[in-house]
Amino acid sequence: MQPPIIQFRDLWKGYPMAGGRVDALKGVSVRIEAGEFVAIMGPSGSGKSTMMHIAGLLDSPSQGVYELGGENVSALSRDQRADIRNRKIGFVFQSFNLLSRCTALENVELPMLYHRPAFPDRRQRALAALRLVGMEARAAHLPTKLSGGQQQRAAIARALVNQPALILADEPTGNLDTRTGQEIMELLAGLNAQGITIIIVTHDPEVGQAVRRRIKLRDGLIEVDEVA
Amino acid sequence: MGIWLTMQMALRALLAYKVRTLLTMLGIIIGIGSVIVMISIGRGANASIQEQIHSLGSNMLMIFSGTSKSGGVRSGYGTKPTLYVSDVAAIARDCPAALNVAHATIQNEQIVAGKRNWGARVYGTTESYVVVWDWPLQEGEFLSESQVRAAANVVILGAAVYENLFEPGAEVIGQRLRIKNVPFRIIGILSPKGRTPSGQDQDDTVFIPYTTMERKLAGQRLPGLVNFILVSAQSGELVEEAKREVEELLRQRHRLQPGVDDDFTVRTLDEFAAMAGKTTNTMTWLLAAVAAISLLVGGIGIMNIMLVSVTERTREIGIRMAVGARKSDVLFQFLVEAMVISLAGGIMGTILGVSSAQLIARLAGWMTIISLDSILLATIFSAVVGIFFGFYPARKASNLDPIEALRHN
Ligand SMILES: Nc1ncnc2c1ncn2[C@@H]1O[C@H](COP(=O)(O)OP(=O)(O)OP(=O)(O)O)[C@@H](O)[C@H]1O
Ligand SMILES: [Mg+2]
Repeated sequence: MQPPIIQFRDLWKGYPMAGGRVDALKGVSVRIEAGEFVAIMGPSGSGKSTMMHIAGLLDSPSQGVYELGGENVSALSRDQRADIRNRKIGFVFQSFNLLSRCTALENVELPMLYHRPAFPDRRQRALAALRLVGMEARAAHLPTKLSGGQQQRAAIARALVNQPALILADEPTGNLDTRTGQEIMELLAGLNAQGITIIIVTHDPEVGQAVRRRIKLRDGLIEVDEVA
Repeated sequence: MGIWLTMQMALRALLAYKVRTLLTMLGIIIGIGSVIVMISIGRGANASIQEQIHSLGSNMLMIFSGTSKSGGVRSGYGTKPTLYVSDVAAIARDCPAALNVAHATIQNEQIVAGKRNWGARVYGTTESYVVVWDWPLQEGEFLSESQVRAAANVVILGAAVYENLFEPGAEVIGQRLRIKNVPFRIIGILSPKGRTPSGQDQDDTVFIPYTTMERKLAGQRLPGLVNFILVSAQSGELVEEAKREVEELLRQRHRLQPGVDDDFTVRTLDEFAAMAGKTTNTMTWLLAAVAAISLLVGGIGIMNIMLVSVTERTREIGIRMAVGARKSDVLFQFLVEAMVISLAGGIMGTILGVSSAQLIARLAGWMTIISLDSILLATIFSAVVGIFFGFYPARKASNLDPIEALRHN
């Protein structure tokens, strides 16, 4: 049997604060299989982003074990985590986070710049990724010349370009109108259909409904984990 | 990430803020430029001094009273008068490597010609003085042996004294002037000579027989004393030999026991050249050090701008880290940016320095020497400045926490 893409075992994350510490995650255990499409929901401050940061290896847990694709990644060095992010994980942010001085194409090329070994055909790969999100025609545009939806598409192309196993999207539709948000969700669903595991954080119940599995957090703990 | 890609990225980042980049570079441009100019001026000064010294004739020895060999405090030349006319005669007689010998005693006097007067150094000397120096006259003649023996009231003018006392082109041979109220007849004018190794203007002098000086100008000075002795060796190869002979002879004549320091100093022109070289070398490095301070200021400017840039681009750094940039990738990116600024500044500074040095040579008439090593030094220095002052901001960037960076405004 294939190992789960994500396995959290009793994960804790605490932040030192003025008077003691704040625990953003208080013992989260969850298992997500390869190919799943999961929505993480819950009230503000419940720990959703914290969970995504740990899942995306941008942060490490204070306690507990995180296995990514069967491999324990709870205590890797910074550079090891950077390499795994580069190869296995794509990020999509609420505020797109494109480099404003670079064109859509250059933004999509960015993860490839840090890939070892170097890709000989960065341009073609970036163009292919842009084609996949329907942005080929806008390849040469700067982010400021793109609509929000177009920027998010470019960002998704960037998340895709190193062919990751996992895409993490923290409120990807949060800055978009309903219709554009739906389009982005359709795009992500299409990618999921091709086998990429996708986890999104969302506040929007409608967005949540579009997804097979919903994990609801409250106060650092999983309150509901339901499969539709 | 490859160095080439990193360079490209750095260039793009810098071109995005052209004016800021240029202003930051300006510090380095000025710094490197002034280092190059200063070194070229220093080297040029040294070269022209060396040239002057060697134009005096490389066979020359100069002998001063006073020692330079005693440990601790070194007394200056001529402090204790120990050289006598009799020493001069002995050298001429007993040193086979010596070709010509001359001596001089110097006194500062006011010279009056008609209504004009001029302060100059008066040399009491012998007929062989110009022979040793190989110093031609532009008019008239130098002292003769009989004039020296007879203590004649005759004077030869240096070119500068002539210019200062008479109208240009004035016919003066045979005319009279007064030194310390003693009348003298002008018998010659020397051609311009320039400066001595010690920097005195040799043209601002007049020459009279030493006998005349002793009897009519000297006041109560001891007779027979001389300020310095000049010896020309038979040939360039015999300079050291002549020096040894002179030293031996003088020690004997001055009855110096073995172990006692010389009470005189013999210097060859090569030694003078080396000493002058040392001085100008020190001056060159002093100038370069002052200029290097402006380079330091330029470096601090780079650090300042890079720190601003890191803060401004915090989010960019976060994005790069999220997509897989390692610490070293970020460090390198900012380090290369700082180095590109300083290297480009260094290259422009070199161009500025070289052209200013040439301009100075043309406008001020100074000799300036631009050598490859000073350009190389400047280039390496500017790269080092870039690395040194770029390192702190770059490290700051690479140590950013990706989540914090992504959250930045
Ligand atoms: N760097 C930090 N330092 C201290 N406390 C933090 C830090 N990051 C998060 N927290 C705290 O951890 C808790 C969870 O935060 P998190 O950002 O995961 O919430 P969230 O569910 O994503 O909320 P939202 O829906 O508002 O984005 C909050 O109480 C927050 O204040
Ligand atoms: Mg959040």
